[in-house]
Amino acid sequence: MDYSFIVKYAPLYLEAAMLTIRIAACGIVGAFVVGIVCCLIRELRLPILSPLIQVYIELSRNTPLLIQLFFLYFGLPKVGIVLSSEACGIVGLIFLGGSYMAEGFRTGIDNVPGIQREAAYSLGLTKPQTFWRIILPQAVATSVPVFCANSIFLIKETSVFSAVALADLMYVTKDLIGLYYKTDEALTMLVISYLLILLPISLVSSWIERRVRYAGYGNTGTL
Amino acid sequence: MEQVILETAGLTKSFEQGAAVLKKIDFSIHQGEVVVIVGPSGCGKSTFLRCLNLLEEAEGDILLEGKIINKEKKNIHRYREQIGMVFQSYELFPHKTVLDNVTLAPLLVQKREKEEVRQEAEKLLSRVGLAEKAKSYPRQLSGGQKQRVAIVRALIMHPKVLLLDEITAALDPEMVREVLQVVLELAREGMTMVIVTHEMEFARAVADRVIFLDQGEIVEEEKPEEFFSYPKTDRAKKFLNTFHYEALEI
Amino acid sequence: MQDMGIQVLFEGINFSRLLAGLWVSLRLALISMVFSVALGIFMGMVMASRNKILTVLCRIYLETVRIMPQLVLLFLVYFGAARHLGIDISGELAAVIVFTFWGTAEMGDLVRNALISIPRHQYESGYSLGLTKAQVYRYIILPQTLRGLLPSGVNLLTRMIKTTSLVVLIGVVEVVKVGKQIIDASRYENPKAALWIYGTVFILYFAICFPISRLSIALEKRVKG
Repeated sequence: MDYSFIVKYAPLYLEAAMLTIRIAACGIVGAFVVGIVCCLIRELRLPILSPLIQVYIELSRNTPLLIQLFFLYFGLPKVGIVLSSEACGIVGLIFLGGSYMAEGFRTGIDNVPGIQREAAYSLGLTKPQTFWRIILPQAVATSVPVFCANSIFLIKETSVFSAVALADLMYVTKDLIGLYYKTDEALTMLVISYLLILLPISLVSSWIERRVRYAGYGNTGTL
Repeated sequence: MEQVILETAGLTKSFEQGAAVLKKIDFSIHQGEVVVIVGPSGCGKSTFLRCLNLLEEAEGDILLEGKIINKEKKNIHRYREQIGMVFQSYELFPHKTVLDNVTLAPLLVQKREKEEVRQEAEKLLSRVGLAEKAKSYPRQLSGGQKQRVAIVRALIMHPKVLLLDEITAALDPEMVREVLQVVLELAREGMTMVIVTHEMEFARAVADRVIFLDQGEIVEEEKPEEFFSYPKTDRAKKFLNTFHYEALEI
Repeated sequence: MQDMGIQVLFEGINFSRLLAGLWVSLRLALISMVFSVALGIFMGMVMASRNKILTVLCRIYLETVRIMPQLVLLFLVYFGAARHLGIDISGELAAVIVFTFWGTAEMGDLVRNALISIPRHQYESGYSLGLTKAQVYRYIILPQTLRGLLPSGVNLLTRMIKTTSLVVLIGVVEVVKVGKQIIDASRYENPKAALWIYGTVFILYFAICFPISRLSIALEKRVKG
């Protein structure tokens, strides 16, 4: 193992890791929003939009991110929609993650007893008020573990971004292997980088999951 | 006679498959009156209450102070706001404190002044003996306490009529009393209420009028002392007998 | 229609080339799936057993596989093995190794969950009827386990199929690679080829995964219902 090589190229990995984190963060936040909007539309049973949401969710969940990215990056420019690599990565991640988040929240919403809705209606709350004030807060709280799992899933999915010319961790690794044949060093740094990103998140999420499972509103006083 | 608050004309409800749950119910309740609906399980009494609160779609008319309210979907929440409902399973909102549960609708739906609502909420809570629970979450309360909060949550909206759907059915026996006590006081103060219950002693004590519902029809409609002491129909006699254990053949 | 570019799909054998490319990654998914199911059932039984050391080892294996992106695992095997074992393994072989390694872990976890979800009483009532341990497993436990396992197993298959799309990044000539070749070949006469080719690949993946995930949902409903 050539440690001086590792030291020399560590900044390259750091930069790539930052790129991964930045895109993943945008993607996760975007997916969260898309997921909630999808749920709202389905909850209100809006005509036209509700079936469209269903189509989107099926398309997104039943195709690989890599193929979605190829279409976005190489296909769309042919009809005049040109996205930068980075925009492409974020859009792709939101397209993929939005449906996973939506399904996660939906499970949370389904777990809220239907009569909670009726209790809100009987107080005179409108449908949107009931969704925002009563259903969603409960659904989001129970969906926290799913949200964490989805976030980890999305971060892992960012590993395919090199395919659309993003200089991410895989890209750097492949470059170093190709240029210098420093396979061991490059792969070691690759694994360490991903561990440094994913391990803390994974630990935090399993901690949250335990907390959510055993606690509830009132038992902890917060949440 | 006082003004009619709520009435139904030919109210009929049938679920997708099967026979009608409610068959042409004509019903009315006057200002300050307490009507108790009794009947065997599955007779349609809970469905009837849910229809009154527009939680179920049904044929026929439902009128609030003489105005038909079950034909337009758009303003449905405006009518529900005036009809309070308390559920068997309390249905407090678990993510909100007791105080927030109570003040949510007055603030959001009626757009009332925050300070005024808070004061009224505290007054009502202390009336039912729960002043010190305002900051608690529903999970920290007993069933009887939750149900009292649910009553307060409905009361603070100043509903024209209160619908109580088997509100003690899920409670441990020792908590039934504390809840029924609150309802009795409300009755004494002149609250208009439609009550569905299995507590016959309570029904007798609180009701101005008892309606016996069986198989989706109003079979008897009497003053409580009449109904409980001298039921007229065989169906009512048979129903009331199920509450007397000496009638069991051993 | 002339300048839409959709005709690129129907020129020569382009479309059947794409399908053949798709079959390459599908085959990888199916082979890996078969291995994963076989090894996963075994691993699941180990994980559900009461052997502390083995269960901990399995747990570590599972978490390690889960935390790493599959592409990283592919790189490790594809580039790492070539260097350390001195053999140039093909992308296909690397893919089967990695996806089996991953699939076994996922399958093992599913089997374990299915096994421990069977109430103790089911074992006990079997024994109390005088059945042997093997008979209890054969006639009581496994049939119930498999019923519960089928939906999630089928679901794992769709994940496997989606994940095998990664193999293009370690040089396997599959549907995306074939697509690229077609696009490159028709660069001048059909500049919009990329839109249609990648759009088609997208739809093809959907056409395969959608029915399978529907099947998984239908099975799930039947198991619950």
